[in-house]
Order: sequence, then structure tokens, then C-alpha cells
Amino acid sequence: MTMKTILAGATLAASLSTTAFADDPTKVGFIYVGPVGDGGWTYEHNQGRLAVEEEFGDAVETVFVESVPEGADAERVMQQMALGGADLIFTTSFGYMDPTINVAEKFPDVMFEHATGYKQADNVSVYSARFYEGRAVQGHIAGQMTESNVIGYIGSFPIPEVIRGINSAYIHAKAVNPDVEFKIVWAYTWFDPAKEAEAASVLIEQGADVILQHTDSTAPQAAAQAAGNVVTFGQASDMAEFGPFPRVSSIIDDWAPYYIARTQAVMDGTWESTNTWDGIGAGMVGIGEISDAVPADVKASAEALRDSLASGEYHAFTGPLNKQDGSAWLADGETADDGTLAGMSFYVEGLTGDIPQ
Amino acid sequence: MDLSAINPVLLLASLMVAATPIILAAVGELIVERAGVLNLGVEGMMITGAVCGFIVAVNTGSPLLGFIGAAIGGAMLSLLFGFLTQFLLANQVATGLALTLFGLGLSALMGQNYIGIKAPEFPDWHIPLLGDIPVIGPIVFQHDPMVYVGLAIVVAVWAFLKYSRAGLILRAVGENHEAAHALGYHVVRVRMLAIMFGGACAGLGGAYLSLVRVPQWTEGMTAGAGWIALAIVVFASWKPMRLLLGAYLFGGVTVLQLNLQAAGMAIPVEYLSMSPYLATIAVLVIMRAGRAPGSLGQSFHASR
Repeated sequence: MTMKTILAGATLAASLSTTAFADDPTKVGFIYVGPVGDGGWTYEHNQGRLAVEEEFGDAVETVFVESVPEGADAERVMQQMALGGADLIFTTSFGYMDPTINVAEKFPDVMFEHATGYKQADNVSVYSARFYEGRAVQGHIAGQMTESNVIGYIGSFPIPEVIRGINSAYIHAKAVNPDVEFKIVWAYTWFDPAKEAEAASVLIEQGADVILQHTDSTAPQAAAQAAGNVVTFGQASDMAEFGPFPRVSSIIDDWAPYYIARTQAVMDGTWESTNTWDGIGAGMVGIGEISDAVPADVKASAEALRDSLASGEYHAFTGPLNKQDGSAWLADGETADDGTLAGMSFYVEGLTGDIPQ
Repeated sequence: MDLSAINPVLLLASLMVAATPIILAAVGELIVERAGVLNLGVEGMMITGAVCGFIVAVNTGSPLLGFIGAAIGGAMLSLLFGFLTQFLLANQVATGLALTLFGLGLSALMGQNYIGIKAPEFPDWHIPLLGDIPVIGPIVFQHDPMVYVGLAIVVAVWAFLKYSRAGLILRAVGENHEAAHALGYHVVRVRMLAIMFGGACAGLGGAYLSLVRVPQWTEGMTAGAGWIALAIVVFASWKPMRLLLGAYLFGGVTVLQLNLQAAGMAIPVEYLSMSPYLATIAVLVIMRAGRAPGSLGQSFHASR
């Protein structure tokens, strides 16, 4: 067979496949920062994708690319997906913000949804979950579970979302345990099990007996399990395989309802650029089963806190609160507005150390 | 800042653990280079060992078999390098670099179904009596067996090179392969064995990460450890005992970096993160590197 016949065959096949898919299923693309098997953040986004497939069956076709680095590569992958005929693309990490905006400009007919960012455009929506509500519950439990009064926190990148989580956890740990102290290590990665494990061991060595993580792998859970007497919380996903101890509860992201609603909107032609920020109340943030390793009274008060956050009668950032430098932030009874929260770049009073620039 | 929070005993203990994968990979490469072969594919062999070890350990439930599988996997990959460079006389630098890229891709492919799975547990050895000695006990005698296997391999390699006849032949092949050939030694056979030993050791180093250190499989999880191992061989001027020093220095800076952060040290994190690499470069520059084996990196063919 000559090169010519091969090429002709390939062209024929290509044109056949285009006709076959011409008027058909809505194509939904997903771009993930880690592998779908990370057991945390990306795993839950992929569960959302599977829920979309289940809901619409043959009416949708989903594609995904995993472990896409944040940066220039992300832009190439998005472009490829848009060229491949995707109608709606979910870009599921903070670092995809600028690439998403850039690619969206080139493809005005493709709808984009960027998770956890703040830059919107006519065809770019942003969506996120109020993870800090979950962090409040974590802090509440952590403050009472710690015996050394040292809580270790593995941060990923110093961005508002992570800083919000640290502040929320600290405020609620401090409320139940005035002696509590936070040790924060920045890993500068969302997913690097070796580094996360190392960071967890270091925090444990320095006296932390509760580890909170804002990175995506289960490596810190394994490190805590090996240490024996250290409490952890599942991050993004339930991580129930490490329960009932060291994992005593978790923050679960539930993206499925949102992904289904947005896919439906594209199908109906009613899609508009929106800014969605839902919390426990709307079901986007779930609190994983609090295990029996937690004393019953702590569990009950944590559940009460969860419910009051869900109903909206209590806000996780309620004054009086000062910033780290001692300057006043929220007056007594005042709650933080979404604008301040979205761009949060300061620690609250009591936290030590500087936020890296 | 509260430096008293850093417990020197625990710091030294975790230093030994952090240095183990590098020691294993570096001691293998040392033998390869002493035989006159430059294999830059350490990173590729490590990551292949990491995934092979993980797959075997998960399927058999035995970390020990996992390590054996890792050594075999690493050695198989190095055979490819050996065949290309020793029989087809391919350029060693280019082949080694290609081996790293190939290993990263191959391991990602093999490990696809193993992401997010827990490895079977590999308990620490608490050596009786010795482990109870204050201070020294926790630092030296309470680790998992692989830490000691790594040290044992280094000592064995040192004794092999210094005292055994086979070690002398290996060094002769590395110093001057023409002369070794003229004396009747089988240059290619010696080098193939050395390359396989190097591959097996790199595989063990990789498996230490995926089975003990993390313990989980992730793509690209060796994250440059193979390159550090290569640098440490030069740093050690091709001497096994100095290699330990280099590996502990590197492991020490890595662990110290995280410890300082947790203790609230006000150094920008970026500087701390790059410090192990800076330390390696500085040492390479300051310590005049020892003399490399005479035939390092040269192809050998009996007809010439």
C-alpha cells in the first residue's frame, strides 16, 4: 500500500467520522490537574463527569484529559478540545484561569466553566464551593481532638481559596481551644505524594497531632496512619479508606448537580455566563461521616455547626475578627462580604508566620 | 520562629530515610561508571522500578517480592541500554537520555490502573537492644529493612572494588578497556553485568519511594531523584564511602527545608525549596571532582 492510499483512507475515515457525529451529542470536555485516581479533588470532578454521562446517556459525549500542568500546556489542551468539537469545557483548577480566558477569546461559540477562579467573560462562567464552611467544621473538631495543641496544615499554593481555608479552620479551632497553634507548610503543589508525605511527617515530628491538608493525595493520611496517634480529615473526597482513624471526617466536593445543570443549559441554549459560589446549604460541599473516634458531644456540636452553616443562620467569618497585624477587620456580629473573601490575602489575628508572596 | 520545635534526633532519623532512594540509585550508577559506562538513564530506571515494584507488591501483597520485582524491572530496562550501547555501539549519552524519557512514559502506561491504590504495609524494624539506645537508637536502628539493605550494598560495593579480583577486573575495564581486552578479559560481558546491577539498584531506589516513602504510585513520582544520584556519583569522586556523605547531605537539606518552614522560619519558601540543588552544585564546584575512570563513556569494540 502506498503512502497515497493510506492518506486517502485516513481522509475518508476522518470525513466519515465527522458526518457520523455532525448533529449529535453535546460534547462536554473536562480538564483535570491530577490523575482521576488521586482519591481527592480530581476524583470528585470525574465523578461529576460520570454523573453527567449517566443523566443524559447518548445525548452527551464527554472527554477528559488528566494531569494537565497549569500553564502553557493547559492552553494547548483546551484549544485541542475546542477544535475537537467540545460545546462546553470545564477547567477544574485555579491555575487554569488565564489559559481559560485566552482560549475562550478564540472560541466564542464554546462555553467555558472555570473552577475556583474569579475572571469571567461572555463565554466563561466561574464556579466554586464554599469550602471554608467545611473548614470551619474541621477546625471545630480539630481544636477539640488535639492534645498537643499543635495543628499542622499542609497548604498548596498561597492563593485566596487556601488562605480562606486556613483562616476559617483557625478561627473555629481557636473558639473551642484558646491554646491552639497552627503550623503551616507550603508544598507548592496540588498533587505530589512524596512531598505531601514528607510535609506531613515533618509536621508530626514537630508535635502536630492533627493534620489538615489542602493538597489532593492521600499520602498525608498514610503518613498519619503510620504515626499512629494523628488525626486527619479527608480533603475534596471522603477518603473513607483511612477511617475511622486517622481520618475522622472530611470535606466532600459534590460537583454532579452543577455539572448536570450546566450541561442541560447548553443543550437548551439557555447557558449564560454566571458566577456560582455554593456551600453546604446547596449541597456543593458535603461533610463526610464523623467517625466514632470523635467523642459524641464533639460530634453533636460539629453537626450543629454544620447545620447552622447550611441554613445560613451562621456565617463562618463572623466578627469580632482582627487581621494578623491587629487591625480591625469585622465588627461584632458583622459578617464578611463575598468580595473580601474571594480575594482574601491576609491571615486573621493569632496565626503566625507570613503568607509567601 | 521557634527552632526548638525541631527535634534533632527525628531530623537525623528522617534524613536517613530521605537519603535511601538516592543511595540505592547512586551506588548502582557508581559500579556502572567504574566499568567505563555512562548511563544517564537512572531516572528512567528508577521510575520503572517504582511502578514494577508497586504492581508486584499490590498483586502479591508482599513488599519484599515488590522490591525483587523492582530490581528485575530496572535491570530489564537497563538491558535495553546495554544492548544499544555495547552491541550496537550507540552513543551512551544520547541513549541514556532516551532511556529516561522512555522509562517515564513506560511507567505511566504500566501504572495506569494502579493510581490511588494503597501499597501493602512495610513495617519498621525495631532492632532489639540497639534500637533502645537513647539518641542513637531512634536515629540509626529503628528503620525499615531497606535502609539497611541500602547501606549494606554500599559497604559490599566498597569491599568488592577494593578487595576482590572481580572488582579489580571491573576497574581495569573501566580504566582502559583496550588493555583489559588484551589481557583476555571480556569487556562487553563485564560491562553488561555492571549495567544490569546499576539498573537493579536504581529499580530498588524507585520502589523505595513507591512502597515505603509515599507509599503510593503516581506518574513522575521520582521527581528528579535519578539526576541527583548521577550528580552524587561525581561528587563522591567514584568512591562508595563518599557517596554516603553526598546522599546524606542532600537528604538532610531536603528534610531541614520542610522543618524550617514548619518552625516558622522567615526565609522565602522558594529559596528553601531550591536549597538541596544549590548545595549539590556548590559542593560539585568547591570539591575538585576526582579523576573519572579512564574509559568512561567510550564505546568498545574488539576489532579496533
